Amino acid sequence: MESVLKVDKINVYYGAIHAIKGISFEVNKGEIVTLIGANGAGKSTTLHTVSGLLRSKTGDIKFLGESIAKTPAHRIVARGISHVPEGRRIFQEMTVRENLEMGAYITKKERIKGNVEYVYEQFPRLKERRSQIAGTLSGGEQQMLAMGRALMSDPELLMLDEPSMGLAPILVDQIFEIISNLNKTGTTILLVEQNANMALSIADRAYVIETGKIMLSGTGKELAKSEEVKKAYLGG
Amino acid sequence: MGRKRKIKPPASPKKLLQGAVKGSEYKKEAFIAYTILIVGYGLLQLGAGIGLIGHNLQGQFVPICVYVSLAISLNLVVGISGELSLGHAGFMAVGAFSGIIVARMLEAYISIDSVRLVISMIFGAIIAALAGLLIGIPILGLRGDYLAIVTLAFGEIVRNIMNVLYFGLDDSGLRFAFNRMIDLEDNSQRIITGAIGATGIQQTATFTAGLFLALFTLFIVLNIKNSKHGRAIMAVRDNRIAGESIGIDVKKYKLTAFVISAGLAGMAGALFAQNYSTLAPIKFNFNTSVLILVFVVLGGIGNIWGGMIAAALLTILPEALRQFADYRMLTYAIVLVIVMIVTYNPTIKTNMSMRIEKVTSRIKIKKKQTEKGVA
Repeated sequence: MESVLKVDKINVYYGAIHAIKGISFEVNKGEIVTLIGANGAGKSTTLHTVSGLLRSKTGDIKFLGESIAKTPAHRIVARGISHVPEGRRIFQEMTVRENLEMGAYITKKERIKGNVEYVYEQFPRLKERRSQIAGTLSGGEQQMLAMGRALMSDPELLMLDEPSMGLAPILVDQIFEIISNLNKTGTTILLVEQNANMALSIADRAYVIETGKIMLSGTGKELAKSEEVKKAYLGG
Repeated sequence: MGRKRKIKPPASPKKLLQGAVKGSEYKKEAFIAYTILIVGYGLLQLGAGIGLIGHNLQGQFVPICVYVSLAISLNLVVGISGELSLGHAGFMAVGAFSGIIVARMLEAYISIDSVRLVISMIFGAIIAALAGLLIGIPILGLRGDYLAIVTLAFGEIVRNIMNVLYFGLDDSGLRFAFNRMIDLEDNSQRIITGAIGATGIQQTATFTAGLFLALFTLFIVLNIKNSKHGRAIMAVRDNRIAGESIGIDVKKYKLTAFVISAGLAGMAGALFAQNYSTLAPIKFNFNTSVLILVFVVLGGIGNIWGGMIAAALLTILPEALRQFADYRMLTYAIVLVIVMIVTYNPTIKTNMSMRIEKVTSRIKIKKKQTEKGVA
């Protein structure tokens, strides 16, 4: 299978704190790969490093065969990695439609309209709310908007940071269904989650991160059955 | 796995733009701002013509335009870019003194005052923009309070350098010295003399030049605000991480806004300088930077025409308060406090906006009625 993202022994520091200790993993084309782990394990830090917001001191990150370890964040987006940051981070003062258009910041003009339609197709709720100010949306809708915005730049790889954060269980189900659907239409997905149960149920492969290191890896089903994972994250 | 997206044929670019830009809101803002400038200019000219405005206040006409321009250009950094800059007077000083030097050098060659004034303003703008670039590159990685402190330091550095800078003009050309008087040859004139500042400036600044400065500044800032770049800058201001994650080069846009703002401040400084016969560096101290910031905050951060009105009123106010003599600045401060409390009181604010809406809706109804009547 063709590798989309290959992270090779990255080490990330926050000042003196060694947050990521030589993590390596791989995402293949068309997969859903999830990184699970407790708070402070280094999941978000890993995503930030891939999208260029943080830098790795050593190691390499390869996207579609080319190194992006030293590429600035805005160019990484242009290469085809879209990052949906934790806590939604939409543009509160803009309307839904304008948020989506901001997402198309680097997209060619003639593709914008088609991409907006595609996002509305995936998230019919956003179409209903298209002229509403984004800050007035509910939490679930804001998460949908953040995901829709990320899709506007035609990403090869979509990175989602805790899409289920602060959402009611029914909305979590909905969001994960959408993630599954997006994957079926051809978007490769790297998912970071605390909700290990949900994440493992849709993931092709998964990595368990603990204090900056990868402890376990395997297919989603394997890990969901694994005693260690059950004990640590799934509550027995 | 291939990507199977159904993409409908693209709409015409014009249609896309209509959806993207809040066109009417932008037009409304631009209309209000330009109207304020032109009507204000007309009223003040009229007042001076019929003798309603005294000599003291007439002397404030150019400074009013300069401060209005400064409020507009600082709004680009504070309001649109969302960075707190406390060194705007520093850029103003750079523009002022470089403008004076150019104007003095050109005296022998260009006899038309207004041409000299324009050239010196452009030169002042360029030098100030360069200063903005020079300081912007290292500091724009800083955020919030740290940036404010560095810009504050920059303003003070400029003023202190000016305090020990000497420029002179003699037969062998422009000469300058650092921290000592220059020994000049025949036909010499001193342009800048350390802490005394610039002397013998030709007072070429006019109220009309001030109007054009303000119009130019407004034109530039409004256009940036309503461009793709402007929206990128505002997106980063609202949410930096989200902005970065959709591919905006944050540093580039922050720097552009900062440099343009500095250049515009330099241009205003050059005009300001040529309104006086002498100008000391002390004029561009921290208080002036804060004063400009007060205009922006009082007018509502990011609200361009609000800042313009605040700048004009707060420049006129000290003159209008002359009758209070010794208590002038005390009264000024009290007025400022009251205005701040009143304008940010939600009850009063909603009340006022409701009243304004009533009036405008009445006007609209009347308009419709008259239109019907004509038809």
